[in-house]
Amino acid sequence: MSDLLQLSAVEARAALASKKCTATELTQSYLDAAVQTEALNNYVQLTHDKALEMAAASDVRLQAGTAGPLEGIPLGVKDLFCTEGVETTACSAILKGFVPPYESTVTSKLWADGAVMLGKLNCDEFAMGSANETSVFGPAVNPWSDSNGPNLAAGGSSGGSASAIAAQSALLATGTDTGGSIRQPAAFCGVVGMKPTYGRCSRWGIVAFASSLDQAGPFARTVADSALMFSSMAGFDAKDSTSANSPLPDLASAMAAGVKGMKIGIPVEYQRDGMDAAITTLWEQGQEWLKDAGAEIVPISLPHTAYALPCYYIIAPAEASSNLARYDGVRYGQRVEEGGSLDDMYEASRAAGFGEEVQRRILIGTYALSAGYYDAYYLKAQKVRRLIRNDFDAAFADVDAILTPTTPSVAFPLGVKQDDPITMYLNDVFTVPANLAGIPGISVPAGLSSDGLPLGLQVLSGAFCEEKMYQVAQVIETQSGFSGAPQRAAGRANS
Amino acid sequence: MSNLVQGQTGEWEVVIGMEVHAQVTSDSKLFSGSSTAFGAGPNQNVSLVDAAMPGMLPVINGTCVRQAIKTGLGLKADINLTSVFDRKNYFYADLPQGYQISQFKHPIVGEGVLTIELSDGSSHVIGIERLHLEQDAGKSLHDQHPSKSYIDLNRSGVALMEIVSKPDLRSAEQAGAYIKKLRSILRYLGTCDGNMEEGSLRADVNVSVRKPGAPLGTRTETKNLNSVRFIMQSIDAEVERQIEVIEGGGEIFQETRLFDTSTGMTRAMRSKEDAHDYRYFPDPDLLPLTFTQNYVDQIAAELPELPDDLRVRMVNDYGLSSYDAAVLTEERETALFYEKASIGRDRKIVANWMSVELFGALNKAGKTLAESPITPVALGELVDLITDGTISGRIAKDVFADMFETGKAAANIIESKGLKQVSDTGAIEAMIDKVIAENQDKVDEYRNGKDKLFGFFVGQTMKLSGGQANPGMVNQLLKNKLK
Repeated sequence: MSDLLQLSAVEARAALASKKCTATELTQSYLDAAVQTEALNNYVQLTHDKALEMAAASDVRLQAGTAGPLEGIPLGVKDLFCTEGVETTACSAILKGFVPPYESTVTSKLWADGAVMLGKLNCDEFAMGSANETSVFGPAVNPWSDSNGPNLAAGGSSGGSASAIAAQSALLATGTDTGGSIRQPAAFCGVVGMKPTYGRCSRWGIVAFASSLDQAGPFARTVADSALMFSSMAGFDAKDSTSANSPLPDLASAMAAGVKGMKIGIPVEYQRDGMDAAITTLWEQGQEWLKDAGAEIVPISLPHTAYALPCYYIIAPAEASSNLARYDGVRYGQRVEEGGSLDDMYEASRAAGFGEEVQRRILIGTYALSAGYYDAYYLKAQKVRRLIRNDFDAAFADVDAILTPTTPSVAFPLGVKQDDPITMYLNDVFTVPANLAGIPGISVPAGLSSDGLPLGLQVLSGAFCEEKMYQVAQVIETQSGFSGAPQRAAGRANS
Repeated sequence: MSNLVQGQTGEWEVVIGMEVHAQVTSDSKLFSGSSTAFGAGPNQNVSLVDAAMPGMLPVINGTCVRQAIKTGLGLKADINLTSVFDRKNYFYADLPQGYQISQFKHPIVGEGVLTIELSDGSSHVIGIERLHLEQDAGKSLHDQHPSKSYIDLNRSGVALMEIVSKPDLRSAEQAGAYIKKLRSILRYLGTCDGNMEEGSLRADVNVSVRKPGAPLGTRTETKNLNSVRFIMQSIDAEVERQIEVIEGGGEIFQETRLFDTSTGMTRAMRSKEDAHDYRYFPDPDLLPLTFTQNYVDQIAAELPELPDDLRVRMVNDYGLSSYDAAVLTEERETALFYEKASIGRDRKIVANWMSVELFGALNKAGKTLAESPITPVALGELVDLITDGTISGRIAKDVFADMFETGKAAANIIESKGLKQVSDTGAIEAMIDKVIAENQDKVDEYRNGKDKLFGFFVGQTMKLSGGQANPGMVNQLLKNKLK
């Protein structure tokens, strides 16, 4: 039944509605695909029984005519989302064995709309990383990797989500994006990844990395699937004080409308030296597609772009250093008892429980918030953040959306950037500004590099204007005719 | 009255500032829906948020915000329409989040004032620096296991108001008056129950000494004092220690100290060098706290009359002494009792009966006003029976004692015991005649100029009447008869 894996979510919904297949069949196909592509290490836990139970319940509802918008759609969950009764570790040793007695708001909403949980997906430890290499379970592998060559990074932090969507072992997947953790792996794996406006999706029940930047979003194979899933995830939640009570725009009509008459901004600051030529070419190509579809291309300036990355690497670690203080081995997760005192236990538990990158960021963040350094680092970074947001506000006063590359490079082999955190951080150079500004961004696969690796274009729009972003993304998807078929997807011989 | 303390090298001035932690009266915690009820079993009032489970988020409790605004208004303070919650980061077993959510740079309430009255009749205006909202931590129990500490998170996340005074206090007595007055205001407002035994009100006291006119000395902070007596004792002990150290050629270090209630001394807990770097920063889980002036005005309009205003009204309108007014307004319950008992009557007489007889009896019986066997109405009725001449003041004391004992109404007691005052001229004259007849020798002495004997005749007559004769009439009639 591997042909079931070829259906998009929108198509699968139609197939389920017209009884061409059952949710159980569809789910079983995905569970099989996940087992078949196990080597990609994108699942950290397959919830086989739960998936089939949920699929059976979906079949009952499909039969009864009470199907939800995502009824019977098999969906993977980044291991950062707390899932009731299912171990949730944030891919960190310190949370090993933690089984939440509660379900995150976002996943609750997805289940309420009928989605079927396949399992928990790999990610960087506490979502800190750009290659999924900091996971305690080891890296997720990019299914575009040549089986004869080195394994390529799926990207991060939501590497497992992107890898599973591309490998066709999940039809939809959740991700979180703090500095590009949805969009960058989506670009690397040739799938659609979207970070909503900050406040659109509740953060309740998601293991926090950097609270003012974290935002959950959908992974999908098509722009329409992405919009479908986003509509289920989003919504005001009184349990999250930063949740926005703003009605969701009509995405379907926006996507059907095309881009005729829209103004698309091209930020001059995103043209970087040393960027892959293929990426520059694709970016120009994207502008042509939009022009052909009737949009007006306008050069714009986002003058503070260069400061986004350093600013991010102050704010995110600062918040993380505080958010991760609760992992002390006392109430949940892994405890290491060494020495006699409480402080000894804290130190031993945290030293053993946190990986190198997480420790690095806790230290950076602790330093940035320290007395005497706060003004120079954290406060200054917050001021820069405001300037970056002002840049976007000014831009969106003039243009409807902004088009940029998603990443400055294609997927790189695993291991090569591990020793150099700064080079690794540069992966996020085009994605971080949207997090700092709180605006939505989507990465759409739009072409291949000369090595046959996928490349993504990023569309940004103003806060709470996701419809404009989807409007442009839909045109790029259509015009590019990208049909991602990675070598190691399920059903392929050499996967 | 001078507040200066005499040392070996001359006089010293004491400078005190207080940080009071007042638990906000609210059914649920500052950022979670957990109950705040006192006395629950360990870890019974703990939500996922209070236990800092992964992915949990704080949501501000509007009631606590309202209470803080109300308190700010009661302290005549500036109310900040925008304030910010910060994280105060430190590791401790009873702090599950690894940080306390507090307000650091932008508190909800700014500068205000509080007026204290001292026993010498002087009053002092003490500046309030700020009031902010913050979470309480849990409790570590060290006596449950030989080598382990147990943690009770019931208090974790409970809303506190930290009320910081300016360094305007100059003596232990002033500090005591300050905490009493603050407690009184909080209780009038209903924003904190003021129960110091249960930990609803705790104070950190900053103390320094200096030669009069000199710049401020180095201060120490004595933490977590939970009674007025301990606050005052700790200040006296700390002042004495500081003067001794300085006069002995030593130096005072900025440090945190603990008051040992068994020795009555303070001892060092941690020095400034060991002080935490709390790494304050705005809590990214919470938006700045904002509300409108209109909202503040609404709360202001519903504010109850506060002790200062009430006291002034009692002095000006009721004619009470400043002291009586202060006693009657210290507790809201007392003031309400008094209002009920005295309305439509001689306010001064009722005030007197309350502050002398009723408080005396309650004290002796170890009862609070709320447990008084005599209701405000019953006390008022007793006063009525005095003022209308039904009983004398002296008889009234017996009636009062009976009322206190049995809870019966004064009229019933007077009726059943036949204590009604004798105001019949004929009956009193008959008694006087009898006394004169039986004490003819004394009558002669009196008439020969020994005026002092008049009291003897009054006493004998009253005794003969069983205390029931109207004393005014006895006086008058005796004077006539003895002429």
